[in-house]
Amino acid sequence: MIRFHLDSRSGVSPYMQIVQQVRNALRLGLLSKGEQLPTVKEVVAQLAINPNTVLKAYRELEHEGLVGARPGVGTFVTGTLAPASVAAHGPLRQDLQRWIAKARRAGLDDESIEALFETSFRSSTQAEIA
Amino acid sequence: MSAVLSARGLGKRYGRRWALSDCDLEVPAGHVVGLVGPNGAGKTTLLHLGVGLLAPSAGSIEVLGRAPSDDPAQLARVGFVAQDTPTYARLSVEDHLALGAHMNPGWDADVARRRIDDLDLDPTQRAGTLSGGQRAQLALTLAVAKRPEFLLLDEPVASLDPLARREFLQGLMEVVADHEVSVVLSSHLVADLERVCDYLVVLVSSRVQVAGEVDELLASHHRLTGPRHDVASLPRDQYVIEESHTDRQSTLLVRHENPILDPSWTVEDLDLEDLVLAYMGQAGGSTRKRRGDTPRNGVAKLGVAR
Repeated sequence: MIRFHLDSRSGVSPYMQIVQQVRNALRLGLLSKGEQLPTVKEVVAQLAINPNTVLKAYRELEHEGLVGARPGVGTFVTGTLAPASVAAHGPLRQDLQRWIAKARRAGLDDESIEALFETSFRSSTQAEIA
Repeated sequence: MSAVLSARGLGKRYGRRWALSDCDLEVPAGHVVGLVGPNGAGKTTLLHLGVGLLAPSAGSIEVLGRAPSDDPAQLARVGFVAQDTPTYARLSVEDHLALGAHMNPGWDADVARRRIDDLDLDPTQRAGTLSGGQRAQLALTLAVAKRPEFLLLDEPVASLDPLARREFLQGLMEVVADHEVSVVLSSHLVADLERVCDYLVVLVSSRVQVAGEVDELLASHHRLTGPRHDVASLPRDQYVIEESHTDRQSTLLVRHENPILDPSWTVEDLDLEDLVLAYMGQAGGSTRKRRGDTPRNGVAKLGVAR
C-alpha cells in the first residue's frame, strides 16, 4: 500500500499530485498489478482533503487504464507504466540536453532558458486544448 | 442536482445596517462549500438564516428545498455547529451523547461512540476541561451523529491550533466520505479551506462576490502580465477583477470564458487565496496605493452567483 503526501506550495493541484504519485509509484515498481490503492476514506482521513479530490484522481487513473474500481471493495492497480515510456526518456533527454547546449551557445542564461521552455510548453499545451 | 441551499434576494437588516443584502445563491448538493469573507462580512448571518435562527428581512432562503423552520422533521435533516463549537462545560462527554440521543430522533449511537473512541476522549470527562480541539471534535460528533443531510459549521477551526485544525478537518472529511452529507463551513482564512472545499462562496461587505466550483473558478481566472494595455481593448469575455499599471506594464487579474490568445500576455495560474483576495479587494474598493502602482478596482461588475 502506498501513502500519499501533498505539497501545498508546489502549485500543482492536490488531485494531480495524487495522480502523479500513483504514476510514479508504478514507474518505480512500488505498485504493481493487483495491488490496492488506499481507500478514499483512508486518504481523506490522512490528508484532510475533500473526498471528491481523491475520487477525481482515481477516476483519472481509471480513464488512463491504470487502475480499476471494484464497487464496495476498493480501487486496484490494473495497468503498468513501465518500459515503453521509460525507454523513450533516454533519447528525449539527449535531445533536450543538445537543445540546452545550443541555447547556452546562443547566449541565454539559465533563467532565460527556463522562461523560454515554460512559455513554449504552455503555448503548445494551450494549442492542444484549443 | 438539487440545491441544498438557495437564496433569492435574501437580506437581513439590524436596525439601519444590512448584515446581508441582495444575496442570490444556489449551492448544489454533494459539495463541501467554503464560505469565505473577512470578519463582519455576513457569514454568520447567512448561516443563521440557513438554520432558521434568524428570519430574513428581505427575500427568501430555502434549505433542502424548504424554508428553515422549527419543524422537527426539518431540524433533523440539518446539522449546525455554531461559532467556537459550543458545548456544556459542566456536562461530561457521555452526558452530551445522552442529550444528543434524547433530542434527535435519528440519533446514530454507533457513529457517536466510534468517533469518541477514535478521538480517545474520556466519556466521563467534563466538556469544560477538554482542550479546544477536543471540544470542537465533541461538537462535531453531536452534529454528525444526528445523521443530517446538510451540515453547517460557523468558523469551526478559527480558534484551534494548527494540529487541532488539521485533526478537525480530517474528521470532517472522513464524515463526508462515509455519509452522503453536504457541508458548508465558513472561515475568514481561505488557507484553512483550500484543501477541503470543492465549492467556494466569497462574501464581502454583506454581498456575495463570487460563487462556484473551485475547479471552475481556478480554470477561469488568471493573472495576465504584459506591456501596458488599455483595459477597454480586452476581448468581451474577459472581465477585470483587479488591475495595476506602471508606465510600461499592466498586471491584470481576469475572469475569462475562452482561452487567453493574446500572445503579449504572460498567463499565470492563481491559487485560491489570490482569487479570494482579488474579489475582496474589488469589493472593498481598497484605496491603498503601492509605490509605482496605480491600482484601480471594480471595473467590471460581474454577474456572479449562478
